[in-house]
Amino acid sequence: MSSRTPAGAHLGRGAHDPDVLPPEVRTGCDLVIEFPLMEELKVLKILEDSGVIPEAVVPVSSPLLKPVDLYAITDFGDYLMVRAANMKITVDKNTLVIVNISGGGCPDVPYLAHEMTGKRLDEAPCPKDIGHTLCAYALQLAYEEVGKRCSP
Amino acid sequence: MLAIVGTVPIRDFPLTHGPLSVSGPWLEIRGNRVDINRGTPALMAAAVAASQALGKESPYGFLVGDIGHGRGSRELYHFLTEHAADHSFSVMTFHYLQPIAHWNEKVINAVLSVHRPPMLIADAGFMYAAKMSGHAQRFDLFTPDMGELAFLADENAPHPFYTRGFILHESNRAPELIARAYAHGNAARYLLVKGAMDYVADRSGILEAVSEPSVPVLEPIGGTGDTVTGIVSVLIEAGYAVPEAAAAAAMANRLAGRYAQPTPATQVMDIIKQISRALGEVLGLGVSKVTHAPLPQ
Repeated sequence: MSSRTPAGAHLGRGAHDPDVLPPEVRTGCDLVIEFPLMEELKVLKILEDSGVIPEAVVPVSSPLLKPVDLYAITDFGDYLMVRAANMKITVDKNTLVIVNISGGGCPDVPYLAHEMTGKRLDEAPCPKDIGHTLCAYALQLAYEEVGKRCSP
Repeated sequence: MLAIVGTVPIRDFPLTHGPLSVSGPWLEIRGNRVDINRGTPALMAAAVAASQALGKESPYGFLVGDIGHGRGSRELYHFLTEHAADHSFSVMTFHYLQPIAHWNEKVINAVLSVHRPPMLIADAGFMYAAKMSGHAQRFDLFTPDMGELAFLADENAPHPFYTRGFILHESNRAPELIARAYAHGNAARYLLVKGAMDYVADRSGILEAVSEPSVPVLEPIGGTGDTVTGIVSVLIEAGYAVPEAAAAAAMANRLAGRYAQPTPATQVMDIIKQISRALGEVLGLGVSKVTHAPLPQ
């Protein structure tokens, strides 16, 4: 696998393909599913809906990389903005309405913005339910974080 | 002529290409209307406004529906690969497309193999893919925000979501991140880094830093980075050198933001409406008079 090829590998119990499973993360008998990394969120949703919980999801090219887990919080008075990785969500603190979504580069970002903006946090669809890509995954984290911070 | 390539968040929007225009809240292309507030149409509408301010012909657009499946992006990648020679563009700007490295490579090869190759600008997903495919250096300009700059600077990251934690996003680290992106061949000939302070840079380092007017509430407004990319694309197509075009675009976008009197709930269309006025003012001043902030030490 070329280091320039973005792919992800889901690890579960079973057998492993030594050409796919990065040596850094081999643990006994592993079942590996290789998939395009961009579609990580959608793949995880399908697995979850099937009752299959992966032991780990790693980029094949750099298996020790971890998703960004740092949040940047900006308080604009009546509005709170949370950034996770390259995605930002901004909520009206009084009404809990999502007023803007910005950042990202995958094509589901404008779709998610269209579907979520103008709706209350508890009414808007979750990025993990209607998104597909890593940008949507990042937005899901920001969405969860802003929900925690704005909950009564 | 400037061409802009991207997607719209409408599942069944057909692959469409043609001259772009704006009518009220709508971007129009070949009789189709799409909402300006979301994704590539925001970039395109900003480019239409900037073109009008300069008295230039409207940009040409390539659009397809894609809500994240990547199907529309693949169709558009395939079309551009097959039909690159059918058009003659001086500048091509690529935007929200599913980042697919091998398709990125095919498209770049196709558009640069024509008789008079265009200058290439990338933002959003196509910029991600250009880094992934190892072809960043074939582009004339990338327009990342700070988070995306951190991704470009991390030679191992396959996506901004996997940027390593020790490569932080703080603005004061921009010079270091820019140098790192160039050191690993993951930057275009020029960078316009969008943030609290906008940076114009090349391999030698930061060339310009623009911080005024400062309008912090622009950050949460979706599309305000896209509008900068639209403006700079038009200025480059109009003949401005890339560094001057980038600094002027950054300044004009900030000014348009200030004129819109935004809150964090403002939608980008309200800012696009101010671009013509703002750009006219910036160019009337002369780009050499654009306010520059002191470079970070």
